[in-house]
Amino acid sequence: MSIRGKACIVGAYEHPTRKAEDKSTAQLHAEVALGALRDAGLTRKDVDGYFCAGDAPGMGPLSMADYLGLDRLRHVDSTDVGGCSYLLHVAHAAEAIALGKCSIALITLAGRPRSEGVATGTAPRAGNPAQPDVQFEYPYGAAIANMYAMCAMRHMYEYGTTSEQLAWIKVAASHHAQHNEHAMLRKVVTVEDVLNSPMVADPLHRLDCCVISDGGGALVVTKPEIARTLKRPIVTVRGAGEAVKHTMGGTIDLTYTGARFAGARAFEEAGVKPADIKYASIYDSFTITVLMQLEDLGFCEKGQGGKFVADGNLISGVGKLPFNTDGGGLCNNHPANRGGITKVIEAVRQLRGEAHPAVQVKNCDLALAHGTGGSLGTRHGSATLVLERE
Amino acid sequence: MSEQTPQRVPPSPTPDPSTRGFWEAAKQGKLLIGRNTKTGKTHYPPRPICPFDDEGEVEYVPASGDGTIYSFSVMRAKIPYAIAYVELAEGPRMMTNIVNCDFNALRVGQKVKLTFVPSEGDGQPVPMFTPA
Repeated sequence: MSIRGKACIVGAYEHPTRKAEDKSTAQLHAEVALGALRDAGLTRKDVDGYFCAGDAPGMGPLSMADYLGLDRLRHVDSTDVGGCSYLLHVAHAAEAIALGKCSIALITLAGRPRSEGVATGTAPRAGNPAQPDVQFEYPYGAAIANMYAMCAMRHMYEYGTTSEQLAWIKVAASHHAQHNEHAMLRKVVTVEDVLNSPMVADPLHRLDCCVISDGGGALVVTKPEIARTLKRPIVTVRGAGEAVKHTMGGTIDLTYTGARFAGARAFEEAGVKPADIKYASIYDSFTITVLMQLEDLGFCEKGQGGKFVADGNLISGVGKLPFNTDGGGLCNNHPANRGGITKVIEAVRQLRGEAHPAVQVKNCDLALAHGTGGSLGTRHGSATLVLERE
Repeated sequence: MSEQTPQRVPPSPTPDPSTRGFWEAAKQGKLLIGRNTKTGKTHYPPRPICPFDDEGEVEYVPASGDGTIYSFSVMRAKIPYAIAYVELAEGPRMMTNIVNCDFNALRVGQKVKLTFVPSEGDGQPVPMFTPA
């Protein structure tokens, strides 16, 4: 059984805040939930499926259903694979809808790491000692930035990728962010700006890293029959894929990501190929994250990512593959340190023709959204969605 | 190597019932890896269940301590430190730190050898590497 064409995204909402000192995490979840439902022309009383991940406070869907007053739920899913959880939730919602387990699914993400002063990328996290990897990683100062940095270092060693090529990814994101009034970093930067920014973890500079922001986002997924009764343009889930990649008992290969598998599965289900994609939302916790995922999704050959991203190839209206036209995590927003939901939201905007006019892709009828959760340097989840405008 | 650079003291690991032997061996200057008694395949971090095959038991055997840097990164923190994956001569790649070295001279493919660094608190030795 395939989920192709079985579910549509009818509501999408990104919270405008980037610093929410006076709001609680649960409140942010509630605000984005209402925003997405309003966008869809639905209400909380319509929701019978609810999806959230580790950023939801308390006991996931129980605490949030209580807080939101969701009283018609017959399907919940709190699968947590880090920042890509919400792409996977869209796929799981489509599965549940296809099976009749729910008909209107709400997905929320929210958090406030900026207000809480979290040093997301550079502070090693102790974790739970029962987590089997902690004692073999935490003593060494394994953080987020240096894990991705080791991927970049190995990629440079094997394929000759350069810091200048990585910088082009930030440059492209900044070209898009200048048009987004909510983006944290709206200044257009150059390759030199990236290379001259302080080194965080060799070879990644500060401008190779995404922002730390508060905020959140939400999505509403439903079956085509209901989608057609609503007033919004219809965005259909055409294919989805997920994968897990880890340290493989000490045989870890840092030069590729789970996108190799998740992407292939999504393209197969959708019956399309990378060259058909008009717009791509690509998880951008770091510049290297984008480069490796583009290769693994098949937008270019393995090892050719550096050449592919250079010279503005990711800039809308300039290059061949417009990416992250909201400015992405690199410039716009990385709410709760989890960029998955904003990847779907911007893809929906593009397919609806509602992206900023300066970055809107012409005739955007097929888009891809891809996310990574966890760490490319150790273990991570990957999730890919192929979305189309009906 | 700069003598002025303070060396980061690693936080102490928290052993669990299945890894007490690993950390006890570290106190004797040994780095244990897992080996499948049937297939001979080695893995890291060592665990009682082989991550590769259903058949065979896992025995913990000492690594030679020779390795090469598979990848690394210098975290430019208040006290900078070099994190790395070192590929052991026996095969497995293990996360570790490279210590007692010039961070700017580190290279992928560089030969390194095992050393132990005392951690915070009880001083539990933690396996690390230094240029060979």
